[in-house]
Amino acid sequence: MGNPDVILEMRNISKSFPGVQALKDVSLTVRSGKVLALMGENGAGKSTLMKILQGIYKPDQGEIVLKGRRVEIDSPKDALRLGISMIHQELSPVLEMTVAENIFLGREPHYRYTGIVNRKKLRRDTLALFQDIGIEMNPNKKLSQLSVAEMQLVEIVKAISYNSDIIIMDEPTSAITDREVEKLFQIIKRLTDRGKAIIYISHKMDEIFRICDEIVVLRDGQFIDAKPIGELDQNKLISLMVGRELNNVFPKETAGIGETILEVENLGLDGKFRGVSFRLRRGEILGLAGLMGAGRTEVAETIFGIHHATEGEIRIKGKPVRIKSCKDAIDNGIALVSEDRKLKGLNLKASVQNNITLSSLLKYSVLRQIVNPRLERTVVEQQIEALNIKTPSRKQIVNFLSGGNQQKVVIGKWLLCEPDVLILDEPTRGIDVGAKYEIYKMMNLLAKEGKAILMISSEMPELLGMSDRVIVLHEGEVTGEFLREEFDQEKIMACAAGFKKGEIVA
Amino acid sequence: MKAEARASWDVNAIKSFALKYWIYIAFAVLFVILSVASPSFLTVDNMLNVLRQVSINGIIAVGMTFVIITGGIDLSVGSILALSGVIACSLAHPDTYPVFVAVGAGLLVGLLCGVINGTIIAYGKVAPFIVTLGMLTIARGATLVFTGGRPVINLSDAYNNIGGGYIQGIPVPIYVLIFVILIGMFLLNFTRFGRHVYAVGGNELAARVSGLNPARVKIAVYAISGLLSGLAGIILSSRVMAGSPVAGEGYELDAIAAVVIGGSSLAGGVGKIGGTVIGALIIGFMNNGLDLLNVSSYYQQIVKGLIIIAAVLLDRKSVQ
Repeated sequence: MGNPDVILEMRNISKSFPGVQALKDVSLTVRSGKVLALMGENGAGKSTLMKILQGIYKPDQGEIVLKGRRVEIDSPKDALRLGISMIHQELSPVLEMTVAENIFLGREPHYRYTGIVNRKKLRRDTLALFQDIGIEMNPNKKLSQLSVAEMQLVEIVKAISYNSDIIIMDEPTSAITDREVEKLFQIIKRLTDRGKAIIYISHKMDEIFRICDEIVVLRDGQFIDAKPIGELDQNKLISLMVGRELNNVFPKETAGIGETILEVENLGLDGKFRGVSFRLRRGEILGLAGLMGAGRTEVAETIFGIHHATEGEIRIKGKPVRIKSCKDAIDNGIALVSEDRKLKGLNLKASVQNNITLSSLLKYSVLRQIVNPRLERTVVEQQIEALNIKTPSRKQIVNFLSGGNQQKVVIGKWLLCEPDVLILDEPTRGIDVGAKYEIYKMMNLLAKEGKAILMISSEMPELLGMSDRVIVLHEGEVTGEFLREEFDQEKIMACAAGFKKGEIVA
Repeated sequence: MKAEARASWDVNAIKSFALKYWIYIAFAVLFVILSVASPSFLTVDNMLNVLRQVSINGIIAVGMTFVIITGGIDLSVGSILALSGVIACSLAHPDTYPVFVAVGAGLLVGLLCGVINGTIIAYGKVAPFIVTLGMLTIARGATLVFTGGRPVINLSDAYNNIGGGYIQGIPVPIYVLIFVILIGMFLLNFTRFGRHVYAVGGNELAARVSGLNPARVKIAVYAISGLLSGLAGIILSSRVMAGSPVAGEGYELDAIAAVVIGGSSLAGGVGKIGGTVIGALIIGFMNNGLDLLNVSSYYQQIVKGLIIIAAVLLDRKSVQ
C-alpha cells in the first residue's frame, strides 16, 4: 500500500460455477497511467475476472480495493459510477440510432423540465469527445451505415466518454483494420498520459508487446505470474500461458489409419478463411486448433453446407462433391456436432426419441413417410444404452437433460446416419468431466470403426490428448500442421497467435 | 408421518395431472354444467347441431394447428374459405358440371392460396403474420370481384347435400370433420412429415442442420391450411345453399383460439390435434350453451376471450 500509482487492487478473488472453479485466489494490481495486459488461454478466467470487476458476477471470496477504499460492485452501473468502463468484445450497437445517440444512450443531455433530448448539445458533446481523442466521424450517421470497424470505434469512444479512471478493453482490435489499430494505440497513449489505467485483453502478441507496461498471466483460473513487459519475451509468455502438465484424462488409443476419405483443397469463405487444405483419413482424429474467431467453426460449417464456399473444392473418397445444403453433406456421409448444441443441434422442445431419429428417420419408415414405431423404439433404446444417455425415458423432453446428456443425444443422432466423417466442434464444451471422458472413449471407438474425425477444440490438453494430427488456424489461414510426435503446446500456441510453423525458433 | 407424506404426494400428483389435462377437465365441467342448466342442451338433436356448427371451425383449426406448430400463423383462412366457396358454387349450378368438379375447383383454389402463402413465407422470408394478412385482404377482394358482391345462388341438390345432407341420421359435415381430424393426427404423429413440422417449429436452424428442408415444410403446412379452408368453404356454402362473398369473416380468430386453447404454443414446436379438437368443441358448446341460456352474444365474446387467456395462463403453469 501507500503506492500512489495503484488505483485498483483485486485481492484473492475466487469464483465458482456449478461444477467449475472459474477463479481461484486471483489477485491483480492496476496502476494509473499504465496499460496492464491480461493474458491466458480461452477459459483461463480472464472474462470471469473482468465480469466481476464489472459487477456482472459477484465473487465468492476476495475483495476489490479502489483508490485505497474497499468497494462492492453490484452492477455494471455501479462499476461506471466508480469509474470503471469496459469495451466489450461483442458489440451491442443500436443500429437504427445515430453515432451520438449510441454514445450517450441512457444519459442523453436533455432539457430540464420537458425531458426532451437536447440534440444540439448531444451533437456538440459528441464532437468534443471526437476532437478530444482525435478521431473524425459524423455524429449523425446511423450505426447501420457504419462498417464493423467504425462501430468498434464508436464502442471505444462510448467507453471513454464515461471519463472513467479504468478502462477495460476486451479484444478491442478483433474487428478493426491496421490503420484503426494505430488510431486506437494513439488513443490509449493519450489516455495513459492523462493518468487513466487500461486493462488490455488480447491474443495478439505483437500488440501486447507494443503497448503494454505489465503482464498478468492466468491459467485454469489461477494467477500464474505478473511481470513488467521488459522481463518477458514472446516465448516466455507463451510458456507461462500454456505451461501445464498433460494429465492422463485422455484415454487416447491410436487406431489403424486407412485411406483418405475427406479432402479439402484451397477452401475459402469470403472474409472468414481462405486457402484451407487438408486430408482426413479413416481412423484418424484430426485436431483443428486456433483462437476464437480464427475461422475454425466456419471451416467446419462450410464443409457441412451451412455456409457456401466461395472458393476451393471438397472431395469425398476422391470424388469432388458439391455441398449446397446440410442434406447434401449428410448424403455424402458427413455429420457435424456443432459448437452450440442448443442453437444448431437440438430441438429442445422435443423428446429424446424425436431428436435422435430426426436425421435418419427415412431408414425406419415405410413408403418413405410412415414411421415404423416399433423399429424406431428399438433403435432409440439401443442408442440410449450405447451412449449411456441418462434420461428417465425416450420420451423425455431434451430441455430437461443435463448438458452432457444433451450432447450425447446430438452425437446419437449423427451416429444413426452412419457417417464416414464426423466433425466435432467443441465436443466437450460446458459438460462435466465424466461425460467428457465418455465422449473421448466414444471418439476412440469410432476411429477404430474406421470413421474419420475432425475435432475443433479450444482446449489445448484435449487437442493434444486426443488428436493424431493437429492443424492450426490463425485469422482464417493455416499456420501450421503438427503430427502427434511433434506435438508441442508452445509451438501450437505460437502458430495460433499468427506465427508460421517454420518461423518458430525451437 | 408416512401417511402425511403420502397424502401430500397425492395432492401433488393430482395437481400435476389436473394441470396437464385441465383442458379435458374444463371441457367435461362445461359439459356437465350446461347439461344441468339447460334441459334442451343434452339432446341428440342439439348435439348434432353443435357438432355440425363446430365442423367448420374444427376443419380450419386442424390446418391452423400445423401452421402454429411450425411457429407460424395463418390469418387468411376466412377469406380463402369465402373465395373457395364462391368458386365452387359458381360451378355448382344445376345441370352444369358434376359436383366433383365444383368441389375439386374449390379445394384447388384453397390449396393454391396456401401454397402462395407458404412460398412467400419460406423463400421471401416475410413474417407469416404479414403474408397471410395480405392474403386475407387479397382473397377477400378477389371474392368480391368474382361475385360482384352478390352471393352465388341456385345450386344443385348434389352440392347442397354436402353441407346439408345426412348419412344414417348424422350430418355429413361431421363425417368430414372426423375424417380430417384422423388424417391430421396420422400426419402429425405417424409420418416423417409430422416430425419435420415439430422440428422446424422447435428449432428451425437445428432442423436445417439436421438435413431437413424447412422451406418445403413451411409451404406444406400453409398448403394444408389453405386446402382445409377451401374444404370448409365448400361445406359452409353448401349448407347455407349460397356462396356468400362475405362468409368467413373473423373465422381466423376462432381457429387460432381453438388451437391455443388446445395447448399449442404460438412460439412453435408444441401442439396436438387432439387439443385443438377439444378447443373447438369448448368454443362450440359454450356458444351453444350460452345461446340456450339466453345469454346475449355480446357476453359470449367476453367469455370466449377469458377462456383464451386462461388457457394460455394455465399452459404456462403446466410447463413450469
